[in-house]
Amino acid sequence: MATMNVLEAVRDAMRLEMRRDPSVFMLGEDIGARGGVFLASDGFVEEFGEDRVIDTPLAESSIVGIALGAAVNGMRPIAEIQFGDFIWPAMNQLVGEAARARYGTAGKRQAGMVVRVPHGGGVRGGLYHSQSVEAVLAHTPGLKVVAPATPYDAKGLLISAIRDDDPVVFLEHKRTYRLVRGEAPEGSYTEPIGRAEIKRRGEDMTIVTYGLMLHYSLQAAAQVAEQDGIEAEVIDLRTLRPLDTETVLESVRRTSKALIVQEDTPVASVGSEVAAVIADQAFFRLDGPVRRVTPPDLPPMPYSPLQEAEYMPSPIKIIRAIQQLAAI
Amino acid sequence: MPYQVELPHVGESVIEAVIEKWLVEPGQRVEKYDPLVEVVTDKVSMEVPSPASGMITKIMATAGETVPMGAVIAEMDAEDAPAQPAVAPAPQAEASALNQFDRIGTLVQDANVGPTGGVFEDTSLQSKRDAETGDEAQPSRPAPSQGRRLSPVVMRLAEQHGIDPSSVKGTGRGGRVTKADILAASAGAGASPVLPVSSRSGDVPLAQNAVKKLTAAHMARSWREIPHAWSAIEIDVTGMVHCRRKNRDAFRDLYGIDLTYLPFTVWAVAQSLVENRLLNTTWEGDAAILRARINVGIAVASKEGLVVPVVHDADSRGIAGIAVKTSALVTRARDGRLELADVQGGTLTLNNTGALGSVLGGAIINHPQTAILTTEKIVKRPVVVSSGNGDEIAVRSMMNACLSFDHRVIDGAEASGFLQEFKRRIESIDANSPVE
Repeated sequence: MATMNVLEAVRDAMRLEMRRDPSVFMLGEDIGARGGVFLASDGFVEEFGEDRVIDTPLAESSIVGIALGAAVNGMRPIAEIQFGDFIWPAMNQLVGEAARARYGTAGKRQAGMVVRVPHGGGVRGGLYHSQSVEAVLAHTPGLKVVAPATPYDAKGLLISAIRDDDPVVFLEHKRTYRLVRGEAPEGSYTEPIGRAEIKRRGEDMTIVTYGLMLHYSLQAAAQVAEQDGIEAEVIDLRTLRPLDTETVLESVRRTSKALIVQEDTPVASVGSEVAAVIADQAFFRLDGPVRRVTPPDLPPMPYSPLQEAEYMPSPIKIIRAIQQLAAI
Repeated sequence: MPYQVELPHVGESVIEAVIEKWLVEPGQRVEKYDPLVEVVTDKVSMEVPSPASGMITKIMATAGETVPMGAVIAEMDAEDAPAQPAVAPAPQAEASALNQFDRIGTLVQDANVGPTGGVFEDTSLQSKRDAETGDEAQPSRPAPSQGRRLSPVVMRLAEQHGIDPSSVKGTGRGGRVTKADILAASAGAGASPVLPVSSRSGDVPLAQNAVKKLTAAHMARSWREIPHAWSAIEIDVTGMVHCRRKNRDAFRDLYGIDLTYLPFTVWAVAQSLVENRLLNTTWEGDAAILRARINVGIAVASKEGLVVPVVHDADSRGIAGIAVKTSALVTRARDGRLELADVQGGTLTLNNTGALGSVLGGAIINHPQTAILTTEKIVKRPVVVSSGNGDEIAVRSMMNACLSFDHRVIDGAEASGFLQEFKRRIESIDANSPVE
């Protein structure tokens, strides 16, 4: 076991896979000499050379398009989008092409590639460095979308993603990079894509969440257990597509109440889908409405620290939602 | 036409029940919700309420018979059951005014909408008139309980347990009847049956109450299907004995219950299962399933027979939490007041045969679980203790723990791994260990 933060876990996973498999290579903005804007590939160009750690122009469509071309020809690219906010130029390559590669070639080609996307707010990033981009990706059949929240999950899931034969969008929450430290094995291991994990046991309600919000939800759950005696179960989705509905439903059928916590805005989001699945398949077990904690339905993450704090879900907002749902 | 009374579904994974005792006979008049029959499932007995008022005409399942859920067990001439009360139409005035406009728009058949400008036939447009009325959204039955709002789970449980929600005092917001309220209301239903014992020429046939009957069938099945293997280990429990002695009075003051050795052993079992997941399995048909939750069953001798209430998620509880839980479960078990949820979901059973004086045992595994652990009598014995001064003889409190395991799933190595961890956990307890 080693103790590492999420960023170190990501770096560790990539380094182990680059050493194991020569077809793995990286491309992205400033990932070579600079080591990536978050230093995820720090030291990589020295170890693996410029042929496998490729600095690209500021052209996200090309980054993902080149990765896709390499992937359908048998390479295993890891493309880095510097910030999730800049993924939009690459959407045609991702949604229009990569997601359909298997179907479009009648199964003759597959696009085993990883697109790493630092995303999320609460980092004083303002309009252009704070977005949550998961909803449209999780909406897209043909993609897999992974959003780990802990070092252990980040490392095991990234290794799984690199070895996966389908395009995987790997969402790394920027605030967890250095905020969350935890234990993870030193060597190589995999965590299954498509499996949620119950991170805290409880019988009074089920909190479904992912990413940074997992940590806020766990804080909130610990506090209501302490002060109110409310035992909330906390499920970390970990993968947003395919969604592990089995784990969510098993839990909600047991607790009869569900609270969804996400940093993304509410409309047509991952939480919308979770709520729909619960309403569809656990309706007769519900003892209260399915509730959500999300930011307001507004376009920006504000830059002003006060407004950003008001916009983001926080442990205290989650605590209030738990108390209200428990009292129904 | 006679109304058919079905055996209601009472919970997941419960597929059948034993008819314990009929409380009515043909020709008898009953009111809706009057108890008709006592049935036993998974060692919990409950009364099935009448679904309607009327005259019982025929009883089709006899006492002692095993019946699948949903089977017809009796017939009655019902006065009120089959008729569905009339439904008041939902107010339509505003909606029909808006329906004058096609607010959705119309899709044009034969339009050039294909990717290359070609024509394709869109079959999804062919029967669009069905969706236009909007009447089908009306509920097929009226909301029960005089307009009080009931959540889906409350309606379902009320129906299952034959409880009229309006008779239950609600503790939710605005007096709403919650899931917990319904479960509490249904908890009082566990009657304990006593069957007459007949005797002839000195031989006394033992009363086969349903618990005994189920236990017999269950044990026979476990023994028939599971290839049992055994392993036993000696544990030095001197520290645990001291710890219990030191904490007993304070514990009674704090929690109002006697601190026994049981919570220590349940705690150690649960923690050992965390490291040895393979023993936390159940055998389902043709393969074992690794269970995510660690639910430790405790064998309890009740007056009706052997029952196994379950401490769910025992790995997330401390010794004190387990003590409180086991104390409540054992009391309910001895009083015959266990609920279905109390006995379901066990993943490994703990059997404290030491309380009966036993020092070694080979227990039968509780199917579909794959292991059962017995903790034996604590005996003071002279043992060789190694210290810095070499070996010496000391008087220590020793206890054997015996494990029966399903050899289809668990090999000796894993069984020993679990036992060693259990031993390590127990021996790590000393007089100064916190009991919390």
